[in-house]
Amino acid sequence: MGMTMSQKILAAHAGLESVKAGQLINAQLDMVLGNDITSPVAVKEFEKANFPCVKCPERVSMVMDHFTPNKDIKAAEQVKTVRNFAHKYGVENFFDVGEMGIEHALLPEKGLVGAGDLVIGADSHTCTYGALGAFSTGVGSTDMAAGMMSNQCWFKVPAAIKFVLKNKPAKYICGKDIILHIIGLIGVDGALYKSMEFVGDGVQYLSIDDRFTICNMAIEAGAKNGIFPVDDVTREYLNGRFRREIRVYEADPDAEYERTIEVDLSALKPTVAFPHLPENTRTPEAWGEVKIDQVVIGSCTNGHISDLRIAADILRGKHVAKGVRCIVIPATNTIWKQAMHEGLFDVFIDAGAVVSTPTCGPCLGGHMGILAAGERAVATTNRNFVGRMGHVDSEVYLASPYVAAASAVAGKLATPSDIQ
Amino acid sequence: MTVKGTVFRYKSDVDTDVIIPARYLNTTSEQELASHCMEDIDKDFVKKVKKGDIIVAEDNFGCGSSREHAPIAIKASGISLVIANSFARIFYRNSINIGLPILECPEAVKNIKAGDVVSCDLAKGEIVNETTGQTFKAEPFPAFIQNIIDKGGLLKSIQG
Repeated sequence: MGMTMSQKILAAHAGLESVKAGQLINAQLDMVLGNDITSPVAVKEFEKANFPCVKCPERVSMVMDHFTPNKDIKAAEQVKTVRNFAHKYGVENFFDVGEMGIEHALLPEKGLVGAGDLVIGADSHTCTYGALGAFSTGVGSTDMAAGMMSNQCWFKVPAAIKFVLKNKPAKYICGKDIILHIIGLIGVDGALYKSMEFVGDGVQYLSIDDRFTICNMAIEAGAKNGIFPVDDVTREYLNGRFRREIRVYEADPDAEYERTIEVDLSALKPTVAFPHLPENTRTPEAWGEVKIDQVVIGSCTNGHISDLRIAADILRGKHVAKGVRCIVIPATNTIWKQAMHEGLFDVFIDAGAVVSTPTCGPCLGGHMGILAAGERAVATTNRNFVGRMGHVDSEVYLASPYVAAASAVAGKLATPSDIQ
Repeated sequence: MTVKGTVFRYKSDVDTDVIIPARYLNTTSEQELASHCMEDIDKDFVKKVKKGDIIVAEDNFGCGSSREHAPIAIKASGISLVIANSFARIFYRNSINIGLPILECPEAVKNIKAGDVVSCDLAKGEIVNETTGQTFKAEPFPAFIQNIIDKGGLLKSIQG
């Protein structure tokens, strides 16, 4: 029996010729990631276990992005704990304010992760790097501590679902609509414990940022990982950036997939996930009148330069509706600078939006845009659980940057066509 | 090891944001995390929970974030076991890694109500609804995972 892309990467890192779904393996890691929320727990466990050293410090990254710039004293203490640990154990890929960005945009940008890698991260959205042809998955802090000590992790080899993406995406359709559509189709546990492998002629039309968005939200369908094949788009992104050799793993022709789902990208409509689950997706005819108080454009899902360009195209020459707060958060400093040089900040500020320093901030109800009781936000983020962005009685609508920007102008959930 | 306690009952897709909201993730103190456990889904949980009590939920328990703070908060609140139809995979790993007992057993989920008293022999996966007298058998863990649990968590197991 042949192997999927995901299974081939696992087999190679476990030193095995082949693996099959359900098999338990130990595999070598190319990168172990933690952030300012999960690393402190890992550090505590690492020190409690009296581990002598971090086995491969160059294969550890610690990104202070969730509550930074430190939102309060406790957050500052947590970052200090991680900073001291990184210094003591020689972890050079420690990124604090000034060097940091949202982890899942930062690691690819710095060439720390790439094609063929096996990556674990103490952050559920670690699955993002599948966009580059890596096997990449979220774990907890204890797994992170074990990964730092041993440079290994145990895995149960996942079965897979194949998504055949067909045709060119329709106008105003981007990676976010594609993944929301898929989650709506299969549900928040539709890919539980499984790989989501994205193939088909539609892949060629998807930018690397679209692919990041799609793999980023694989976890919202319960998946272990999401992955794209390596093509010219991937190589163009990795060349001159990725610090290791590109390793390409293609699925065998007889690889076993539990399901195959075809998605016609040309037929998709702007898709929004209504509260309080990412699977509650609706297309415009079912939106009704949803008045909003806030718009957030950013996060590990949609804080890339192409997302900011989309938002700026919609907001150019227009103004955010009275009573709506529009917060734009470039995911990294490099993206921030690029957006500034392209004049996107002029567009945002003239439109009445604000531009924040890179941070996960409001996505998880941390800071920089918390909702009060009864308030509603349209956000390009990834989760709309109860209380996710603030008060337990607030609501989050997950959308693409097209819809988020158009909604900011309309003061209610809207498509770009609605505001023209 | 046998555990016994009163059941708190929840539906599907209980996410880590309601188990422990991110606004409390600026601490690693187990007791502080426990004091906010389930706050956004069940305000009375913290007031009512007693040592040994058991959570029974439907599908995909613990979905969302990778925060280990979620199983830590549940364990530190006194909960001795979580039974569900299925668990989100990161929560599943985290629970094993930190030593929070979890079992997948749809039959038990179907037949246990909030307030029932339930006991369980964890090693055998035998669940007894003491209130109704019904018994259920959960799938045992693979030997590889049982070894992690027996050694007292992942870090102790890899120390050899």
